[in-house]
This record gives sequence, C-alpha cells and structure tokens, in this order.
Amino acid sequence: MLKIRNLDAGYGKLRVLKNISLHVKGGEIVTMIGANGAGKTTLLHTVIGLIKPMRGEISFLGQSCTRTTVGRIVASGCALVPEGRQVFAPMSVEENLLLGGYVLQKEQGRAAVLAELEHQYELFPILRERRRQLAGTLSGGEQQMLAMGRALMSKPKLVMMDEPSTGLAPLIVRDIFQIILRLREEGNTVLLIEQNAKAALGIADRGYVLEVGKIIVQGPAADLLANSDVQRAYLGREKID
Amino acid sequence: MAREDLEQLQLERLQSTLYRVGTHVPFYKKKFDQLKFNYDDIRTLDDLRRLPFTEKQDLRDNYPYGLFAVPLRDVVRVHSSSGTSGQATVVGYTRNDIKTWSSLVARVITAAGVTKNDVIQIAFGYGLFTGGFGLHYGAELIGTSVIPISAGNTKRQIQIMQDFKTTALVCTPSYALVIADTMMEMGINPNGLSLRYGLFGGEPWSEAMRQEINQKLGIIATDNYGLSEVMGPGVAGECLQCNGLHINEDHFLLEILDPATLEPVPEGEVGELVITTLTKEAFPMIRYRTRDLTRFITDPCPCGRTLKRMERVMGRTDDMLIIKGVNVFPIQIEKVLFEVEGTEPHYQIIVERENHADKITVLVEVMESIFFDEMKKQRMVIDRIKSRLATEVGVNVDVKLVEEKTLERSEGKAKRVIDRRKL
Repeated sequence: MLKIRNLDAGYGKLRVLKNISLHVKGGEIVTMIGANGAGKTTLLHTVIGLIKPMRGEISFLGQSCTRTTVGRIVASGCALVPEGRQVFAPMSVEENLLLGGYVLQKEQGRAAVLAELEHQYELFPILRERRRQLAGTLSGGEQQMLAMGRALMSKPKLVMMDEPSTGLAPLIVRDIFQIILRLREEGNTVLLIEQNAKAALGIADRGYVLEVGKIIVQGPAADLLANSDVQRAYLGREKID
Repeated sequence: MAREDLEQLQLERLQSTLYRVGTHVPFYKKKFDQLKFNYDDIRTLDDLRRLPFTEKQDLRDNYPYGLFAVPLRDVVRVHSSSGTSGQATVVGYTRNDIKTWSSLVARVITAAGVTKNDVIQIAFGYGLFTGGFGLHYGAELIGTSVIPISAGNTKRQIQIMQDFKTTALVCTPSYALVIADTMMEMGINPNGLSLRYGLFGGEPWSEAMRQEINQKLGIIATDNYGLSEVMGPGVAGECLQCNGLHINEDHFLLEILDPATLEPVPEGEVGELVITTLTKEAFPMIRYRTRDLTRFITDPCPCGRTLKRMERVMGRTDDMLIIKGVNVFPIQIEKVLFEVEGTEPHYQIIVERENHADKITVLVEVMESIFFDEMKKQRMVIDRIKSRLATEVGVNVDVKLVEEKTLERSEGKAKRVIDRRKL
C-alpha cells in the first residue's frame, strides 16, 4: 500500500532522514519507533506531502506521490492523526468530525458523511456523549479519540498516527491501543509512530526502529521485542548478568 | 509475493543489515572504511556488488567470536562448521535467529512433502554440526514426530525405521545408499517400510544418484541446501517437482559469480554461489563466498512457489579438477558411473600428478557376478565407462574395478576425491 525507497528528507539544508526504505501492506499495523528527534514526525510529514523529499521515492497505492500536494494525497486515501491531537478547540466535537469528512462529502455526498459519523460514534461512544461540547474542553484521551475519529471520517485506506500515546495516562493509552487493534479488525491499515515502544510493538505486526534518521533494525514486531538492541535502547531493559 | 514486493523487503533488510554490521562488527567496519563505503550508497539491490566479499579465511582469522554482531550474552547457541575442508569455524545464534532458522527449515521440510502426520528420522549428526539441530527444530515447528537418532549405527537406524514406522529420512545422499545396501544385506524389503520421503543434503549428488535412491528405498528424494556460515540447512530446498531448490530469498540474497572474475555470470549459467544474510542477528554475513557451484533457474515452478530456484550444487570450486585444461567435477563422473550397468553406486576418484600432468583414476565397485566373471566382461565394463567419460566429460581417465564393499562407507559426507597431488 505504502512503499518508501531510499528517502532523504529534512528542513533546509538539514538532512533528517537518511536513506529510509519502508513498506506497509494492506491490513497491517506497522509501527516505527524511535527516540525524540529520530525523525519519526519528519517521515510522516514527508509521506503526507508537507515536506518535499530531497531524494528517493514514495508511492501510495502504486502511484508515486513524491511530487504531489497534501490535498491530493489525502484525497487518495491517506490520513494523518497529528501529534498532540491538534483538534479545533473552539469548535464542537461533531463539527471537528464533520470537517474530517470533507473529502468524503465531496466524493460521495452528505449521506455518506452522516453514515460515517455514526460509525465513529460507535467506535468512540464517548464522542457521541460529548458531541455538542467544545473540543477544547475534552480531556487528553478524549481529544486523542476525536483526532482519530476526525482522520477516520475520510474513510482512509491508510491511517498514520503520530504518537497517539503522548501525555496520556497508562489506562487511556491502553484504550487507545485497543481501538487501533479494532481498526485493523475492520480492515484498516495503520502506520503507527511511537515512543512507547513496548506498547506499539505489542499490537503491531511489524516494526522499524529509527535512530538519528536511519533505520537500524526492522522485522516482525515479536522479533523486535526480543531483539537486545531494541531492548537496551527503547524498552529500558538493560540486562545485567 | 510479487517480485517487486520481495525486492522492497530485501532492500529494507539489506540496508539495516549493513548498518548493523558496519557499527557492530569491527571486521566489516574496517572493510567499509577502507572502501569509503557509506550506507546511503546502497540504493538498489545491485549496489551489493560494491561491497567486499567474506571468505572462509576471514572466519578463521576471527576465530572464535570475532565476527559476531551481538555480545555473547545475547547468543543462545554456538555451532561450528563441519570442517569439510580445513580448520573449523564458529557461528552463533540469538533467540530470534533460532526462531527464524526453525521457520526456514520448516518451509524446506514442508516443500519436500513432510507434514505433521509424518515421522521423521534425523540421521544427520547432532552436536556442533548444524544439520541435525537445524532439521530437528524445523520439523518440530511443523509438528512432525521427530526421531533424533543422529548419524551412524546403520543397523540400528534400520531397526528404528522399521519399529517406529519412519516416513521421512534425513541424511546425506551417500548415507541413504549405505542404508539401502545394509537393508538388502539384512534381507529387509524397503517396500515393507513406511518410508515415503527422503530429505538429503550436505554434499553434491547427481540426478542418477537420486534415481538410484528413489528406486532402492521406494521414496521421493529431495535435495536441500545450507551451510553453517550463513545459518545451516534452510537456505534452499526442493519441492516435490524435484527440479531445483527454492531459495528462501526473503532471508538470503544470492549471487552467482564467475569465480575467476567475480563478476555475475550471464543469467542461468553456472558459477560460484555468494550469499548475503538479510535477517541474521548474531552472525550476519556479507557476500560470503561459498565455493559451491550452481546456477539460477528463473522459469516458474509448476508447484506455484514464486521463490527463485537454484540447481542442485554440482560441486565446489575446490573440488574442480583441471585435467588437460578441461574442468571436471566429481559429480559428472558420478553421473556416468551410475548409468553404466553392473557398477555399484560407490566410487572414489584418485588424482595424482605424473610428469606435470594431472591424472585421474576412478575406483568403482562392481557387482560380485562381474568381478568374478571372466576378464572379458570386466574389460567391457571398463571400456564402456572410459568411452562414456571421454564423450560426456571430455577427458581420458583410468578406471579400476574393485570388489563390492572395499571402498570406505561414510555415515556423513562421503569423501569422493583423494588428491595425491603435492601442490
């Protein structure tokens, strides 16, 4: 579904990502883990089109999207749940969700949007309860759910999530990850960027480990959990024998 | 998996493997530094060609743990090469490596027809040799009932085969023939056994030898390939089409190069196999020169597997004999011997140097009836072998007939060539 080959990207003269190759197949949860500043967000921003790649190829659903605009990429079925939620605080929950349905409305009309809204309320019952409330008054976990629901409103083929667990209580993180698992059951494809390596690898099919802009190891998530490099660096489990 | 998706996976795995060896293995770090090689330079699978080779000697120079990419505390298993030629070398596995190894061998075993309903007798040596444990873990993963009998004690092998109702046999092809012959001596009819499949590896063998084994044991014999330096068994294996070995390309990158120029041979031609591991954690290998000679088969296999195939290994570059400028492999001689009537499938090739020219003498066992028969018949067999060798292999060799059971029998890898040249 998503295929990245030899990608270099960054800001100005600063090359953040170095020769990144990665792929996501339909129906998979793929996670990319790495510390602060490793380049995780840069990668997502490059895929969605906010940053132009310096070198390399990105293709989505077989179409090259190295030189297309954000609008086109989103319209082709790729949605981003940004880091720190970024909900529209002065708008109501429902208005936030409807905004996410913009692409869907243009393509399939109002009825499709309302059906999808109903679907999001099923997935996140708390949002239905808070539908009239201003988004800014929601708790962190609820805002995260709203951001996810808003991205899902476009019925994307690929959902990219940028650190959905940041700043949330462990119990809420568990809920969020349960929802991600449910998304896969419903046939969605997820690229999950996380610092919480253990939780992310716990639900993902495959993973990539990013360190200062390079992929240092990749493989099935279960293998990465058992990989000693990953354990030392990201799971805080330095084994001293 | 579509070829394009496979290549994406191979590239991703290659890039992270190179990064890891370049940072964790001083030997590779030094080599990469000398070449001024930057990881970002690997942008396609073909860029692999810019990387240095790893030779058997490098493994010896770094004996025992110098090429490990993880600290020993992460290593859960150590094996040692069987030392087919020369000093032993050491390889290691992490827990993940063992898991990968098991699943790759499981693929090979499954392709060879074995399921969880089978009873598999593993007559490969256990211990430091990778053969026994490799097949063992793969078979267990499938759920096959494993008999870890290890190599040797042929009569006991047969007894157990009978009593435990073995359906699949794992050993070297030469040992399979030893088992078949011993059965005959013991008066046991192989057709009365439950044996159906044979998974053979560890040494080169000819198609003629396969037919002989199939016939004598009443099984379908398949070949599988591996070497301890890159993992052990599980690199490639034949399916029931018996037309070449499917390579586990998602875990190994294989190149076939001209051993002299080290450039790729034209598609489909014979050359030396060079292997790069893509997923090994403890002991990654970059462009390991196997010295094994084979060729790629690219046309699709009727079994439906999309993995590219390689021909059964025809010999090692070290085994290649150059007789009056002609390259000769023991396996070519074997093929002829198996075709001539009256000979037994046991032979030895003696190489000597006389007056600065290499001379080959083939010792071959013949049936009792011929050996004690009149000279004329013996003469005929010798002439037939000689003329066939001259036309098929293109060299003149001496042939000596020997009595049955005079040549040494091997329980593991057979020693076919005795080199008396003092080079």
